Amino acid sequence: MNEPQNKSRRGFIGVAAAAGAGLGVAAIAPGLHLIEVSQANPTHAPSQGASSQVRWGMLVDTTKCASGCDACVKACATENGINETVQDERQVAQWIRKIDLTDPKSGRRHSLPMMCQHCAEPPCVDVCPTGASMKRADGIVLVDRHICIGCRYCMMACPYKARSFVHQPLTAQNPEVPRGIGCVESCTFCVQRVDKGLKPACTEACPEGAMLFGDLNDPNSEIAQRIAREATTRVRADLKLDQGVRYQGI
Amino acid sequence: MKLLRIPFAVLLAAFLATPLAAFAGAPKPVVKIENPGQCIAPADEMRRNHMEMLKHQRDRTLRQGIRGEKASLNECINCHASKTTGTVTGKDGFCQECHSYAAVKLDCWDCHQPKAGKHNAAHAETMGAKQ
Repeated sequence: MNEPQNKSRRGFIGVAAAAGAGLGVAAIAPGLHLIEVSQANPTHAPSQGASSQVRWGMLVDTTKCASGCDACVKACATENGINETVQDERQVAQWIRKIDLTDPKSGRRHSLPMMCQHCAEPPCVDVCPTGASMKRADGIVLVDRHICIGCRYCMMACPYKARSFVHQPLTAQNPEVPRGIGCVESCTFCVQRVDKGLKPACTEACPEGAMLFGDLNDPNSEIAQRIAREATTRVRADLKLDQGVRYQGI
Repeated sequence: MKLLRIPFAVLLAAFLATPLAAFAGAPKPVVKIENPGQCIAPADEMRRNHMEMLKHQRDRTLRQGIRGEKASLNECINCHASKTTGTVTGKDGFCQECHSYAAVKLDCWDCHQPKAGKHNAAHAETMGAKQ
């Protein structure tokens, strides 16, 4: 890529070197070094990006999750611009869905939200033929729609039925959440919000506070402390996918 | 022989004149700049390299989570969306106009929102106030 700042940086270094030659040091002023000046970009300072020091995860307390409540599903749809009407209800985009479970032996019923579990060993990434299905350094599993060919192999591979396919042209997307025809999509942990330091929309919308989002790698985070203290489960832990989403009470 | 030479001279003159006339009359895309001022790079560089800038930026944003870079499709839209239609597509749309002219198919809008939307309204106002 031809980056225009390279030219100005070269020019700057040339000038600075000429100035520094007189002083015999590569410092412009006391405490101010060339490297800092060349890296500083006050008008456009991009964020550092996803860090592997962080592992985003979620803890869902199903004992608090009410059957019939779909606040998380609605919040997800609003945040991510899932507003299209589909021809066949099997084509509905399900980034998050509510599931009601009944234990046939005891008759115990509970309700829980199911979404992408953001596995550390994601099968969707393993099977993707183009590399579109990918995991960020901070553990968020995403689809790169720029290279997704819509083969839906990842939908087959996912044990949680977390992914859906867009069947029709879309026009009313959220500008921050591009999504469209011919691509597979799933929960992104609201990556556009997480990168701003916010919580996912579902977590924020839950009226019972049943969803907790945070950094699993940070021992001081609430989620890490609760996981260390209380009994939590991963759905189909036998698959050894090391999911980022954990449940309580199932 | 003289009779033959005259038409040849006429033909030669016509041949030389035609391309000039054709170029002068060739239609050019009408690009409407809604917010005149400084883009992120000089216009000739933007015309030649905007696709490269966006392509590299999109990969860094999606795959590495680096946000707030200089090149950004949403920022293009915020600044270049038509004030009447609110979009960069359609007839006279900033993106569409040139791409139709150059016969380059744009599939950005299969997924990306070409309208300056709810998140961009406030930004568009401040951009307008600056001018």
